[in-house]
Amino acid sequence: MNYSDPSIVASADAPFLSLDGVRKTYPGVVALDGFSMEVRPGEVIGLVGENGAGKSTLMKILGGVTRPDTGTITVDGVAHDGLTVEASIGSGIAFVHQELNLFENLDVAANIFFGREPLRAGPLKLVDRARLRAQAAPLLKRVGANFSADTPVSALSLAQQQMVEIAKALSIKARLVILDEPTSSLPIAETDKLLGVIKALKADGISVIFISHRLHEVERVADRVVVLRDGMLAGTLPKSAINHDQMVKLMIGRMLKEREKAAESARPPGSVALSVKAIRTAAYPDRPVDLDVRHGEILGLAGLVGSGRTELARVLFGIDRSFGGSFQLDGKDLVLGSAADAVANGIFLVPEDRKLTGILLDLSIAQNISLPNLPAHSRRSLVSASAEAATAEKQKTDLGIRAPSVQTRTGTLSGGNQQKVVLAKWLAMKPKVMILDEPTRGIDIGAKAEIYGLMRALADAGVAVLMISSDMEEVIGVSDRIAVMHEGQISGILDKDRFSQENVLLLAVGKQPK
Amino acid sequence: MSKKDLGLLILILVVGAVVAIINPRFLLPINLANTSNLIGLFGILSIGQAFVIITGGIELSVGSVVALLGTLFIDFIAVREMEWPLAFVLIIALGAIIGLMHGWLITRLKLQPFVVTLCGLLIYRGVARFYTADGTAGFAFGQNFPELEFLTAGRSWGVPNSFIALIVIAVVMWVVLHRSVFGRYLYAIGKNEEAAKYSGIRTGRIVIAAYVICGVLTALSAIYFAMYTRSISPASHGQFYELYAIAAAVLGGFSLRGGEGSLIGVLLGTVLLQELQNLVNLLGIPSSLNFAVMGGVILIGVLVDQQWGVFRARRRMLEATRKGVAGAAAE
Repeated sequence: MNYSDPSIVASADAPFLSLDGVRKTYPGVVALDGFSMEVRPGEVIGLVGENGAGKSTLMKILGGVTRPDTGTITVDGVAHDGLTVEASIGSGIAFVHQELNLFENLDVAANIFFGREPLRAGPLKLVDRARLRAQAAPLLKRVGANFSADTPVSALSLAQQQMVEIAKALSIKARLVILDEPTSSLPIAETDKLLGVIKALKADGISVIFISHRLHEVERVADRVVVLRDGMLAGTLPKSAINHDQMVKLMIGRMLKEREKAAESARPPGSVALSVKAIRTAAYPDRPVDLDVRHGEILGLAGLVGSGRTELARVLFGIDRSFGGSFQLDGKDLVLGSAADAVANGIFLVPEDRKLTGILLDLSIAQNISLPNLPAHSRRSLVSASAEAATAEKQKTDLGIRAPSVQTRTGTLSGGNQQKVVLAKWLAMKPKVMILDEPTRGIDIGAKAEIYGLMRALADAGVAVLMISSDMEEVIGVSDRIAVMHEGQISGILDKDRFSQENVLLLAVGKQPK
Repeated sequence: MSKKDLGLLILILVVGAVVAIINPRFLLPINLANTSNLIGLFGILSIGQAFVIITGGIELSVGSVVALLGTLFIDFIAVREMEWPLAFVLIIALGAIIGLMHGWLITRLKLQPFVVTLCGLLIYRGVARFYTADGTAGFAFGQNFPELEFLTAGRSWGVPNSFIALIVIAVVMWVVLHRSVFGRYLYAIGKNEEAAKYSGIRTGRIVIAAYVICGVLTALSAIYFAMYTRSISPASHGQFYELYAIAAAVLGGFSLRGGEGSLIGVLLGTVLLQELQNLVNLLGIPSSLNFAVMGGVILIGVLVDQQWGVFRARRRMLEATRKGVAGAAAE
């Protein structure tokens, strides 16, 4: 299936955007190699490919940040050798990035019209706040927002912030909205809303390029899927042919079985490792949480964003104090005054925000891995570089961390490899309870499967694994049991025979499962 | 020695050579000894400051602490006739307590380092002036402390003992900062305190320890300064010394955001500052321009360093994208 096949392209509409034979090389490597695609008005393109397949380069070319070496970009009938940032914006191409670019200290309307605020008459050029809000309101309505234009952005959830970004795109009369991994940090219900917004954009005749690693979402929303592999077009799938397995096959050129393997537990779960009784977190100080995590199981913790899962993880790891309640580790009472106490007891956390809290980007792989266990890598309080390197080398081999050496700065690694470094620092110690908060967010499919494999290996070694995830496929595919949180409490626990998206969703909104 | 430190060393040598050519008195033993004595005094102070700056903090009360503890030290031994080793220990302990208090306020009560130490700057200076009733603390005629004077203001083989003390302290602190577990924690906290906390480091204790180290080294230098001037009027003694210390650290490649800098860097920064002071004297530049020369050189130094950093970051990024794309293509 090649894009130049006229039977697929045939359409009465002239394409809004078409790329023809785009090639971009960086010294020593070809990032894009003769890539061609078209986007018609009102068409939703799913763009998938592993990290490094050339998606970022493609986005940079469309955004006008970089110019292709050869090839043509035709926007709205006008052919260019390469776009500039101004030309990209001017022709109606808008981006909503994975990392949002909003000013948290300003309200929604101010963000949408930032730099283009309606002004009051007079020499002082004061911002006309009333008009600002009035102009923002219809845009918010179009994206289905349930918040008003004067809400501070800091009070919004991630999904709501994305809606603001999309409203911003609409405000500049965008004709093509490119969504880069928009759902990677969204929980199920919010994702549904976002997919709804995409459909609304489509109905208005706006084209969408939807980039995602969550293939089932691509499946739901895309009219056509374009698969990139190694800088080349690996194939396009018309609507009728879009399915998970086809996409994966084109993306990696083989079928993937790791997830199925990860789902099978090698042994029945053991005794209760961590028992949480009537713990209350800062998010919901009036709602006690009870939860048991057993040795040898992967307990999935599902729920909507804001349901208190991350706050629970922070309390379990000693970062935040609990308001009352108690912990027991292997039947013994436990007091957690700090993360250091948790670490000393073998309770480890792979946090949600890798770059902010998971690793130190400026330190080397070896230094990151030894950090929680530095005294063991030292002699008479002096750090032993050779002991550090030895531990790191072992982890690098065991986890397949792809880096030139263990002395490489972690900041230069890909997301998947950074996540492996976070895991490695804990695996180098003896975990009893391993808490993973959104462990595969923003990580490509190959690395995801490896991380699932590692989690299963941990469980098989008797570790109690608690995995917080907003990715429904992941929760159902990987967990042995699923606990669902709703407004700060565990609304229910599902055993394997009752796993279904529907049941998890029902519990997540506080209803009884079937 | 990093490239940055090497660059600074070359600058020091070049400036030294230029000054020596214009005014050969620069190389007279008496001038070198005086300058190295001052390097010793300010160096001890600056190393303390460096430990705080590495955590992303700042210690502004240093000058006032030098005044207060110096006044107390002279008062203890000259007026109260305390045995000097006892007074010495007391002053060091007071320095530690001041550091402990600052660290506690900053880590436990979550006050900003700038605010806490600014208040310290005002408080200690005020207390020192009150203590002497705005008079001068000094020795009575004929009072002698031979051992103490030898250790602080004396010389061995022509080298001021204060300078030797600095070298000893620098070696110890180099090991602590660059080789010890504690030093690694300091850098980790300076780079990203949250991530350090999430790695199970008791960040509060480490930061407090940094302030205590600063307090102790400041107390030590307060004694040296007191024995160097031998009389202290607390209204002006030690004024702006915190800025000398911060300037030395910044010149030496420390980032005020924390997590960056080396011990050799702060030493070289101190040397350069004192060399500049000396230059102003020897080249007949009006001494009123003293601060202006220092400020100008620091500004230029930081600017060059900054631009060099931007240049290197750009090059590194280019390389990284190249490698990243190459790696991806290879996979």
